[in-house]
Amino acid sequence: MSLSDPDRELVTDHLGREPTQAEQALFENLWSEHCAYRSSRPLLGAFETDGENVIVPPGDDAGVVAIPSEDGEDTYIAMGIESHNHPSYVDPFDGAATGVGGIVRDILSMGAYPIALTDSLYFGDFEREYPRYLFEGVVEGISHYGNSIGVPTVAGSVAFHDGYEGNPLVNVACVGLTDSDRLVTAEAQEPGNKLVLVGRETGRDGMGGASFASEDLAEDAETEDRPAVQVGDPYSEKLLIECNEQLIDEDLIESARDLGAAGLGGASSELVAKGGLGAAIELERVHQREPGMNGTEILLSESQERMVYEVRPDDVDRVSEIAERYDLQASLIGETTEDGIYHCTFEGETVVEADAEFLGEGAPMNDLDHVEPAQPERDLPELDLETAFETVVGSPNTASKRWVYRQYDHEVQVRTATPPGDDAAVLSIRKAEQGLAISAGADPNWTAAAPYEGARAVGLENATNIAAKGATPLAAVDCLNGGNPEKSDVYGGFKAIVDGLADICSTLETPVVGGNVSLYNDSVEGPIPPTPTLTMVGTKDGYDAPPMALSGDGTLLLVGGTDDEPALGGSELLAQLGGSDRFPELPADPAELIETIAKVADFESTLATHDVSHGGLAVTLAEMVSDDAGVDVTVESPIALFDEQPGRVVVETTDPEAVREAFDGVAPVQELGEATSDGTLSIAAGEASLAADAADVAELRGVIEEEL
Amino acid sequence: MTVAVVQFGGSNCDRDTVQALESLGIEAERVWHEDGLPADVEGIVLPGGFSYGDYLRAGAMAAHSPIMDEVRDAAVAGTPVLGICNGAQIGCEASLTPGAFTTNESARFQCEHVHVRVENADTPWTRQYEEGDVIELPIAHGEGRFEIDDDRLETLEDEGRVLFRYCEADGTVTPEANPNGSKHSIAGVTGEEGDHVAVLMPHPERATLADIGVTDGQGVLEGFRAD
Repeated sequence: MSLSDPDRELVTDHLGREPTQAEQALFENLWSEHCAYRSSRPLLGAFETDGENVIVPPGDDAGVVAIPSEDGEDTYIAMGIESHNHPSYVDPFDGAATGVGGIVRDILSMGAYPIALTDSLYFGDFEREYPRYLFEGVVEGISHYGNSIGVPTVAGSVAFHDGYEGNPLVNVACVGLTDSDRLVTAEAQEPGNKLVLVGRETGRDGMGGASFASEDLAEDAETEDRPAVQVGDPYSEKLLIECNEQLIDEDLIESARDLGAAGLGGASSELVAKGGLGAAIELERVHQREPGMNGTEILLSESQERMVYEVRPDDVDRVSEIAERYDLQASLIGETTEDGIYHCTFEGETVVEADAEFLGEGAPMNDLDHVEPAQPERDLPELDLETAFETVVGSPNTASKRWVYRQYDHEVQVRTATPPGDDAAVLSIRKAEQGLAISAGADPNWTAAAPYEGARAVGLENATNIAAKGATPLAAVDCLNGGNPEKSDVYGGFKAIVDGLADICSTLETPVVGGNVSLYNDSVEGPIPPTPTLTMVGTKDGYDAPPMALSGDGTLLLVGGTDDEPALGGSELLAQLGGSDRFPELPADPAELIETIAKVADFESTLATHDVSHGGLAVTLAEMVSDDAGVDVTVESPIALFDEQPGRVVVETTDPEAVREAFDGVAPVQELGEATSDGTLSIAAGEASLAADAADVAELRGVIEEEL
Repeated sequence: MTVAVVQFGGSNCDRDTVQALESLGIEAERVWHEDGLPADVEGIVLPGGFSYGDYLRAGAMAAHSPIMDEVRDAAVAGTPVLGICNGAQIGCEASLTPGAFTTNESARFQCEHVHVRVENADTPWTRQYEEGDVIELPIAHGEGRFEIDDDRLETLEDEGRVLFRYCEADGTVTPEANPNGSKHSIAGVTGEEGDHVAVLMPHPERATLADIGVTDGQGVLEGFRAD
């Protein structure tokens, strides 16, 4: 791939001359879809990014929100999300590992200490060999990198869908802790400050990664594009975390940016452009791993575990000392300038001389056609309750993900009060005396069936996960994945998930403080389903949360949702058995619903809570039973068991009246039956009925562990 | 007096361990390996993590870093030393404790809670418990399978140097309850210089703070409390 003719013309006009080789390469990468969001930025204005607690809105390395405190010393939460889709197809282990590394550095550059990771993973059919190979490799890569750097992976999602056969998705988010004294941004502060590059040596790895991420995956990508995949070193990343922490402790950093897509060229030009400044950089000063690199290679290498810092001239020596303490190299590569020109020389010769703002912001936006997606008609398959139950509860999509999170260290940093495997993880933020609930994911069945409604459902489901543990949403970051936007139906689906997610987040009054867009997730197998991964955090007083597992002593209520007829559009049942239906109706006022769920979750009388989502009520109940506690419930029809309308929670309570009162005028409350002490799941659904013991359920739910 | 929690490059449970010790009222500080042990050191923790990225072999590089000479001298002089997880691997690589911790039987990293049975309640690390007590501790390791030759294993058992054994919730030792394939289900052992030196794979510091749940690990860290 090279700079397109129209872009080249624009650049030539702007410079008043032909671009140099280094400039061509720099523009090609910075103006790629991956860096410049040329097809998505026109849509992203739909998101509500502001709110009373927002400290740093989107546009920096990560977004920052405050957890308010009465003493005025607010705790800040930094959040970012990133996709590493194409690299993970070519090399699942390294592709996924470096995805973790990159998003952690985005958190470091805000002056924050990374405290949690979430991973949302999407693969082709679990029954097929290649998706399984990718799944195992990706999980191992995340495990290797995240565990080594001591950042717990506490939440996430895994989905299998034919649409990811030729193009898996790896969406990684990181959450960090900081405060007003420590906060740093990627906005250069003053001309005359020094630019210092800290971290691993620069080599010829990951050349052109940004443009590789901005085209469809070719059939031979696995062999041809391997050089575009970076190889990470978590040991260096851990040293960088410690080094960054000490630099922040000693107040030595004016601004910071991590080196990701488009390497040094991207990070340093964006840093100065954001501050309205320019830079003068001598590329040969960069510490290098291999000999004979030219200016273009140094400028665009995507070697991992590197940060660029703006440092006051008097502090440069101290920064180098601290880097050396952590066995990292630091190079003084140049300085910030007043003229707004991004100027790079290599061995005395000018290789780049362009307006910094034009580099970052000059790419023209794409005005693309879109076709509105249509809602399908109802065409339901024959439904035998027992078969349906076994098919859905035993599907890898709804099955236990213990095989995955057992490989992730989810307890390091001693904050994990509710571990993975529940609706949301809850971390103790002791300084603020608040529990931080974290939920992440999307459901391709939903957005494939109904992109707009499905994306709204994704937002509501993550909020419901948080509320089921007694917390209310604080903020979110999104990772919007789509296929080739030049196809109008694909772009129409993508536009619909952007609008749907934006609408639900704004209805929930949850600011979206950061995000990432990944397009061209298209291969010979066709485009992926539009996939709006969301990572949402919420807060609650204290760290205790009701468990998902039943105690066996209470009444079971289904709270939330709407009174609408059940519908199966987007359900796991139809994904497995075929057929189509409209997408379930979503509640009109979800904000009040979410608040009420959170309130009820923290009632003394609440014994257990679990949200209804993927797989419907059947899966929710199956996940709540154990050897010691079962359920005896009645619903109106089998369809009601598999309807996946989000915004609903099963509550086990000793005081049903208090729950009804809380939801009065807010949402319906339906009595399902009683929890029992015999470990049997007994369901009557209209004419049909079903009984399974805890061991049967565990076997169905253990399909991933069983097969791998 | 202070407990030094030695931070190597790649350690990642150093802050957790300091926090857990301090919650018990035991003064502790992180000590960067190149800075050496403080003069008033009264106890040493080799914490969990991935020292030197586990390159070569887990714990092998850290075992040869200069601060380990100081740790060995302190151990000989009677200072309590506890190696946890990666610190246990370092302790064995440095020959402070016998045997080695190697790749889990599953060949995968495992993060989960397990039950262990107290085998010898007459050490600083177990005197808070009774022999036969079953406690719940978290593990998080890829290389936690305890290996040792049969002769030395017999000596260890005879001398009562097994601290903890993986077991079922009721205390029965079974192959199913052994998470990593350790010989004799051993989760922790005492050292060559006496029982004031010990290593274990489970993380007591992750089972100490009451606000996140399990507190069964407090007793282990209590081993640093001055008498």
